[in-house]
Amino acid sequence: MMILTLAQREIRSLFYSPLAWAILGVTQLILAYLFLAQLQEYIRLQPQLKMMATAPGITDVVILPIYSSAAFIMMMVVPMLTMRLVSDERRNKTLALLFSAPISMTEIIVGKFLGVVAFILIMVLMMSLMPLSLMSAATLDFGLLIAVIIGLVLMIAAFISVGLYMSTLTIQPTVAAVSTFGILLLLWIVDWAGSKVVDENASGALSYLSILRHFEPFGKGIFNTSDLMYYLLFITTFLVLSIRRLDADRLQG
Amino acid sequence: MNDNLLITVEHLSRHYGPIQAVSAVDFELKRGEVLGFLGPNGAGKSTTMQMITGNLAPSAGKVTICGVDLLDDPKTAKAEIGYLPEQPPVYRDFTVDEYLNFCARINRIAKDKIAGAVDQAKQRCGLTDVSRRLIANLSKGFQQRVGIAQAIIHSPAIVVLDEPTVGLDPIQIREIRSLIRELSSEHGVILSTHILPEVQMTCDRVQIINKGKLVFSDNIENLDQRMRATTLLLELRTPPAEDVLQKLPGIHQCDALGDNRFRLYHTDEQNPAEQIAEQAVKQGWGLLALSPERKSLEQVFVEITSSEQSSHAEGQAA
Repeated sequence: MMILTLAQREIRSLFYSPLAWAILGVTQLILAYLFLAQLQEYIRLQPQLKMMATAPGITDVVILPIYSSAAFIMMMVVPMLTMRLVSDERRNKTLALLFSAPISMTEIIVGKFLGVVAFILIMVLMMSLMPLSLMSAATLDFGLLIAVIIGLVLMIAAFISVGLYMSTLTIQPTVAAVSTFGILLLLWIVDWAGSKVVDENASGALSYLSILRHFEPFGKGIFNTSDLMYYLLFITTFLVLSIRRLDADRLQG
Repeated sequence: MNDNLLITVEHLSRHYGPIQAVSAVDFELKRGEVLGFLGPNGAGKSTTMQMITGNLAPSAGKVTICGVDLLDDPKTAKAEIGYLPEQPPVYRDFTVDEYLNFCARINRIAKDKIAGAVDQAKQRCGLTDVSRRLIANLSKGFQQRVGIAQAIIHSPAIVVLDEPTVGLDPIQIREIRSLIRELSSEHGVILSTHILPEVQMTCDRVQIINKGKLVFSDNIENLDQRMRATTLLLELRTPPAEDVLQKLPGIHQCDALGDNRFRLYHTDEQNPAEQIAEQAVKQGWGLLALSPERKSLEQVFVEITSSEQSSHAEGQAA
């Protein structure tokens, strides 16, 4: 209950700043352009696809690339959404309001996290309207579509948890944004090095760490509990770190 | 457990690294009382307030709010506290209504009572006319009032106000002071300030804190007592020689201030004003004015804080 109140305030704050609107607009514009380009490609390829016995459907050719691009764009967008979560409150000294109210640190952090998650759910919903518009003309693979949406939301939620933690570490929103982006990019590319390492155990560990590797199965329509657990553990870890960091404010002052 | 005891603070201490900000402070607050916290800058007033509102964990000591230990059960204890920090914790991009609604909800006010609580808080703090304006566009004085409204919205047993009148104009200061007096009828109020007359006007009890230590704690009447000085101001039309005045009974020193005005120092126990008046009439000095001088609170304050320092220095020397 209290968590929802805090989440609601977070969304409200996001929408009161032009940043959220700008992000929504720009992301939608870029994805729409990609979507149209992909659609044109599909129409061009259609005669060849007809010849193939097990041809990829419209979901594979048009829709999946959109979600992969969205994942990449989100890596750059999320730091901007999360940078102000705690750092701004610390800078404006509004944390005292939350600290002296009868709410726990856990409620504060989870509330803020869910607030941003709710915001990106709106984004994912809006970008999903584009593939759904194809429904009138084609049959979509809904199983695949839902799997990839779940995967995307999980991955963005993981991004947000990192961003939230970074925001608890500093008083400067820009510092939080830059360090969040750095960590996300590192987690994204960590398996590039892995593929060049000869030692198989090491490369396995590095590719397990890669945040992207766990998203790929969702794009194939595979809902694997180990990938789900990876994201849930990832999110929990960073939320717990954030709670501890916020509590340290009270302890160390 | 005494029902009227709102806060009990025992041996509260806090250090930031090697710096001892607050050391072993004890005090109590009863219902219907306004407790003034006085001290120079950096004395530890704000740190103490942050600790009793749960914004800062004490290094040692215990805070009990309405019988609940603040560290053991912070949620229950915090429900009884309203806190206005030095800088009002307002969300600048919210309107007054939105902000107070949010405050009401995080303070666990039942849903059907929120509208009433917000209205009442706005009314008490004189915010009804600005309820739909953005807090960022309000003047400092109004932002301060929003901060106070936030602190009293859930009618907590204890209201803690950290320098509530800073940055306000004289009229607003008067309004805030009367609001504080009004609050004290239902709540216990702790107020910090470095403006001395404010304490005289609003508080029942005063605590002076200096370098993290409580150096004075008494009710306002006793502070008044301390302020009663041992000097008389005398003005005569045709004054006698200075040593005549000096030899008056009960007077041990006499300073001429010019313009036929004198300052007479007398002993603590007795006030010789009556005899002086008698003498003045008898000898035909032409008594124009005879008034006891009061020490300003500032002087008392300096006395208390500096005597503490000198005794401290002696202790260190020994």
